[in-house]
Amino acid sequence: MTLSYAEVWLLIGGAAVVTVLIKACGPVLVGGRVLPPWFDRVVLLLAPSLLCALVVTSTFAGGRSLSVGAHTVGVAVAAVLLWRRHSLVLCVAVAVAITAGLRAL
Amino acid sequence: MTTRSRGEEGLADDHWTSFRRGLRLGVPFGMVGFLLSLSFSVLAKQAGFSTAQAIVTAAIMFAGSAQFAMLSVVSAGGGIPAALIAAGLMHSRFLAMGVALAPSLPGGALKRAAQAQASVDTSWALASRGDGTFDRWLMYGTTLPQYVTWTTGAVAGAVFGDALGDTHGLGLDAIYPVFFLSLLIAELRDPALRPVAAAGGLLALALVPITPPGVPILAASAVALVGLVRRNP
Repeated sequence: MTLSYAEVWLLIGGAAVVTVLIKACGPVLVGGRVLPPWFDRVVLLLAPSLLCALVVTSTFAGGRSLSVGAHTVGVAVAAVLLWRRHSLVLCVAVAVAITAGLRAL
Repeated sequence: MTTRSRGEEGLADDHWTSFRRGLRLGVPFGMVGFLLSLSFSVLAKQAGFSTAQAIVTAAIMFAGSAQFAMLSVVSAGGGIPAALIAAGLMHSRFLAMGVALAPSLPGGALKRAAQAQASVDTSWALASRGDGTFDRWLMYGTTLPQYVTWTTGAVAGAVFGDALGDTHGLGLDAIYPVFFLSLLIAELRDPALRPVAAAGGLLALALVPITPPGVPILAASAVALVGLVRRNP
């Protein structure tokens, strides 16, 4: 890292402002009015498309390149366990254990 | 007068019930969030953040993916503008999520903006009633335990993290995908939502090599616009 101690504080403050403003945008610009019926249908479809994008990017993307490795195996096993309705905490523990185990080989 | 006050009491009861249900839903995510925040603090300290800086970042940003995006830029020698852009792009999905949430938040613009700060990925997804509206009290309840553990996890990582050694070997990077996967799988139990999930995922994957991190996720939200033309999503 090339930032000085004071610059890191500046970065933290700036990043907090950015994240707060982004979360504020939608409710400030769109709220307080009656929205057309198609709005509800779009909202309903937003969660699966966003969540799937979050899953695939956090699993396969390392910056701008695609990467597959030990963690991919851990996540895949956790996916099967989650589908079979095992608890999130258990699934995370299994994914981490498999990933760490494969890396230790 | 009595009727009205009984009505208000009933409404307050509903809010309290939603809030407590949210708290229960938020606890497992909070436990996992503790580990995520801990790993952020460890990486931040390794990059050169002070103990206080690592903790304050988690406490005032409370945005996992944006924190990691920002940190990866400065760790690689990037400057403040590049790091802020990376954090903003990674956080940009909250533009779409905020628009979706807006009609469910009461009050003036400032009050709505303040309430939206209590939304995180998990609480946003779980507070959705499935009809386009959101249960804001359930959202607050789901967020609260996660904020507590996000902050305490950051403290634990910043203070005791040196004892962990090499975090890559510990496999902590497998936590984030599983965290989101648990929310995705709940959506996928409804077969009608599977095509849009697949389309969002494929679009994001295709954009990874050609756009900065975060953009593929915002772009995937555009897939939801098929709701404009389809009667039964």
